[in-house]
Amino acid sequence: MTGVTNSGILKGHAGIGKIVRGEALVASDNFSARYDLDRLKGVFSRPQHKLFGHSYVDKILILNAAKGGVASAWMLKEMVSRNMGPKALILNFANPIMAQGAAYADLPLLDRFEFDVTGFVENGDIVEVDPAAGTLTIVGEK
Amino acid sequence: MSIRLSSYEQEMLEGKFGWPRQFAMEQIVKVGNFFDAEDCVEIAQVHLMADTESLGEDGVLFLEKLAGYSEEQRQVKVPTVTDPRGIDFEHYKALGQSDAQAELEQRAIDAFRALGVMMTDTCINYQTIMPPVLGEHLAFGDTGSTIYANSVQGARTNFQGGPSALASALTGRAPRYGFHLDECRRGSKIFKVNDRPDDFAQWGALGGIIGRQMNSYWDVPVIELASLDQRPNSDELKHFGAALASYGSTPLFHMPGVTPESADGRVALVDNPQTMAAISKDDIDAFIEAYWPADDVVDVVVFAAPQLSLIEISAVADLLDGRQTHEKVAVIATVSPEVKSAADRMGVTAKFEASGALLLQGVCFYQMCAREIGEAKGWKRLLTNSAKLVNIIGGYGYEPVLASLENCVESAIKGRLVR
Repeated sequence: MTGVTNSGILKGHAGIGKIVRGEALVASDNFSARYDLDRLKGVFSRPQHKLFGHSYVDKILILNAAKGGVASAWMLKEMVSRNMGPKALILNFANPIMAQGAAYADLPLLDRFEFDVTGFVENGDIVEVDPAAGTLTIVGEK
Repeated sequence: MSIRLSSYEQEMLEGKFGWPRQFAMEQIVKVGNFFDAEDCVEIAQVHLMADTESLGEDGVLFLEKLAGYSEEQRQVKVPTVTDPRGIDFEHYKALGQSDAQAELEQRAIDAFRALGVMMTDTCINYQTIMPPVLGEHLAFGDTGSTIYANSVQGARTNFQGGPSALASALTGRAPRYGFHLDECRRGSKIFKVNDRPDDFAQWGALGGIIGRQMNSYWDVPVIELASLDQRPNSDELKHFGAALASYGSTPLFHMPGVTPESADGRVALVDNPQTMAAISKDDIDAFIEAYWPADDVVDVVVFAAPQLSLIEISAVADLLDGRQTHEKVAVIATVSPEVKSAADRMGVTAKFEASGALLLQGVCFYQMCAREIGEAKGWKRLLTNSAKLVNIIGGYGYEPVLASLENCVESAIKGRLVR
């Protein structure tokens, strides 16, 4: 793991995908595409999830850990193919399924920060994700 | 540092053996680098999850693209078997599934056959197809099959979702990281279980309780049973593992005295393992109770996730023998084609379906576009003895309830939740 380089940049492990910039959707909860989402409507659909009812489409989705099953490996690209996916996925801890899904979908993915990434960014902040550098940068605060 | 490739792997990556294997190696390199894999392992078999709900039109088009290459370029390198599909062609209309869904399913099947994939359509391949063996490297793509192969059979695999499992099938390789390595298989959280679970729902509840305490994929629970006088059988470990994997995203557990990497009662641990609070019958009861509603309405009873073994479906059929399910409650069980064939031959299917229940083959309930089925049939309250299904199906618009096999059957007969 690596750490914070200054107040606006959080450094993690090198990730997957291209540089993207967008609005953050953040919660200290976990993530599975099958368990948590209504992928046709583009919203969190599991009532117990902290983002229940929120749209994740085109957001930089920032959550704690990958949970659940293996379906996300296909589903991330399926969502992206319909322009109904998140713009990037940022987790404290990815699992292989999220890495495989991100690699297949060419969806930017970062994880393994020294500090809790869900406490670093606020909902609505504009952030930039640089997977090759392994950095998440706040470029505009809410 | 980038993953180190052999000359053969490098040639696949450069496209010498065609685009399908080049694509596959690209996936392996990306994921291997993400997890700092030093090199690749050769794998013995692949279990491939690719239901059409997950694939969508985009995924099926991708499979059809692979299938369009020459046989030499597209055929899988190692035995590759499939997880449950999304359509039982004999019953899909009765479940409210559309012809369009069935057509998409058929296209996926045709593509897989062109790749040389064996359509076993089961999540219990470790019981019914070719059980893995100690130390064998695999690419298994269902959480339930992965945790069982790793834990109960001592094989070595990460969760390999569909595109990744397919990449391993096309190359015979997987990146060497995670649960292929000794250091990742050491126990990190120790749980003492004071009371033996009584039934599958309770074994699943135990898996759920432990799964909720896993911080990430990398936590490895060690489950110390208070007594080994009555060891868990394969179906009990199946429900336990499936729920643990589902709630925790957990691919491995050790159960000293039961699982092979701690068969002598000793287990390799990380430097500072955590001793967690002991789990008793009260904790298991509370886990199940939390899913129970104030009313007694039930719309559908489902026995699935994992698919039932021949022993399980026979037990359900025996409880239903000579009785009729309530007209307001649908009853469904899902089994593999192999188990369905055996159940047909032994009269189990006839006994089960004479009650009004429906036996589906080659599918699992949550992999069938369950939201659309629920909306078409007006099903909301779902009763099951599978903790894994309870964990998944809430996101599909259902209100799940967990109960013993016996109470599931009694509820199906009486038309209301029974306990």
